[in-house]
Amino acid sequence: MTAATTSVTADARPISRKLTANRLPKWAPAAIAVGSIAVGCGIGAVGGLESHLQWGLISAVLFLLGSYLVSAQVEGRRQAKDRFATSVVWVAFILAVVPLVSLTFYTVQQGISVVNGNFLSHSMRGVIQSGPGGGIYHALIGTLQQVGLATLMAAPLGLLTAVYLVEYGRGKLAKAVTFFVDVMTGIPSIVAGLFILSLWNLALGFSYSGFSGSLALAILMIPVVVRSTEEMLKLVPNELREASYALGVPKWKTILRIVLPTAIGGITTGVMLAVARITGETAPVMMLVFGADAINTNPFEGPQQSLPMYIWQQYSMVNNDFGYARAWGAALVLIAFVMGLNLIARGIARWRSPKGGH
Amino acid sequence: MIMAKRIDVSGLSAYYGTTKAIEDISMSIEPRSVTAFIGPSGCGKSTFLRTLNRMHEVIPGARVEGKVLLDDENLYASNVDPVAVRRSVGMVFQRPNPFPTMSIYDNVVAGLKLAGVRKKAVLDDVVERSLKGANLWKEVHTRLNKPGAGLSGGQQQRLCIARAIAVEPQVLLMDEPCSALDPISTLAIEDLIGELKSQFTIVIVTHNMQQAARVSDRTAFFNLSGVGQPGKLIELDDTQRIFSNPSVQATEDYISGRFG
Repeated sequence: MTAATTSVTADARPISRKLTANRLPKWAPAAIAVGSIAVGCGIGAVGGLESHLQWGLISAVLFLLGSYLVSAQVEGRRQAKDRFATSVVWVAFILAVVPLVSLTFYTVQQGISVVNGNFLSHSMRGVIQSGPGGGIYHALIGTLQQVGLATLMAAPLGLLTAVYLVEYGRGKLAKAVTFFVDVMTGIPSIVAGLFILSLWNLALGFSYSGFSGSLALAILMIPVVVRSTEEMLKLVPNELREASYALGVPKWKTILRIVLPTAIGGITTGVMLAVARITGETAPVMMLVFGADAINTNPFEGPQQSLPMYIWQQYSMVNNDFGYARAWGAALVLIAFVMGLNLIARGIARWRSPKGGH
Repeated sequence: MIMAKRIDVSGLSAYYGTTKAIEDISMSIEPRSVTAFIGPSGCGKSTFLRTLNRMHEVIPGARVEGKVLLDDENLYASNVDPVAVRRSVGMVFQRPNPFPTMSIYDNVVAGLKLAGVRKKAVLDDVVERSLKGANLWKEVHTRLNKPGAGLSGGQQQRLCIARAIAVEPQVLLMDEPCSALDPISTLAIEDLIGELKSQFTIVIVTHNMQQAARVSDRTAFFNLSGVGQPGKLIELDDTQRIFSNPSVQATEDYISGRFG
């Protein structure tokens, strides 16, 4: 045994058998980060760079180089590569989070002054657009109704399609369905809007309404629901289906009572994410719902308003400080609404997911 | 109360797509006894077991030729409903698979509840009887509403046995029920098999020859002539004879460890 080991290492580079090596202290990465930020800011200030983004990027590059070089000096090359990879992950994480945090922060900062009880409970009817006052009540109702109707149509359709694909689909039909779902995922929202406009409004002669907007939103939502539900159903172990069949339970009941409950957490999350996605859609709503300043609680007749469209109108058509303020307020409400949906989805997913004892 | 039934198989072959997995198997399985299937991996023991309650065809592309008589009814007659077959021929799988969304209580009565039984008194009774039958009652009766997935592996397997016997099948098929368990849990399940055979016809697939010798009355040896060849039944006899004086040389070679 020993003879074999030595013969392997004899002609190659000798492998160190030492188990101890120099290690950087725990606070080293933080120190390198602080150091590189200081140097990065220094370079930025001295070089007279206007954008703070450039300061940050210089610091990031310095941090990556610094952690590799310092580690290579003290700990050796293998450890240095490990440190470098860890640093890349950290830098990427921060680069991804910075826009998100700054967007949320800026929206709250700009919008919070407008959002109050009056703003949430009044429409724009009789409000001079270029002046102060008014609110988003009509847009809030419109968004809730349009998204609600779209979800009522898209969620069952998407769910059933996914059940077909995972539990029943074989052969050409299933392949075709999968293909068309994939194609639908890539449809730009404006095309979905144009499709409903030409079919529902022009060919069939219906007028602008919240419902015609929700038809387009449903088209955008279905593929997302199908895809996420499909993935969740595939995660349900086949052993559970077999256990159920072996008890003499028919297939449809197995799907309804065993497979779907096991996957319900993930399915709910998927549906909620799809809802969050269509809530922010502007283009099809603009074409099909038309927009209104007054409250219209009937989604099946007459133009309605919706939050994204309200933001766009206040920003581009009013085009003064009062309009900007209302747009930021509406944006804040929209973000809060979507975030709330996500939190609810996570809550449901945690509450309904299969529980182990561990 | 439960009528254990005999099984007569004749000329049975099973396929996965175009691959023939087992070929021309004929045998009789006696009621109220334990029949063990032994043989090397890939010889079709599990496939054959799954043809006995029409679970084989659940796999896409799988099909069966031949006859399986449960008492005098052919399970593969064209007017037979596979769902009804599985109600009379229950199954316990290799890995414990309790339903993760359900409590211990709901796992046991899953088969009944899904068949539409709602009465609480009936269900309570079945839960107690089945868990006692599976030697699990003492360990879990204080926490019936806790999730079934929280039990240990051996307890989960006994929970699955309780779930299978709760629907009162006439035959119980077990596909290597102890292969994922430690020796103590294995012993618990072997004891349980010994008790259950007074009521059920039991068929057990096992890789453990000592286990086959311990629990079974009759033993069937399966083998395959080569890789890619279908598995065949070599012989079926009283367990004692198989392990002391088998009539086929291949059986003796396998049992004495000369191959496999």
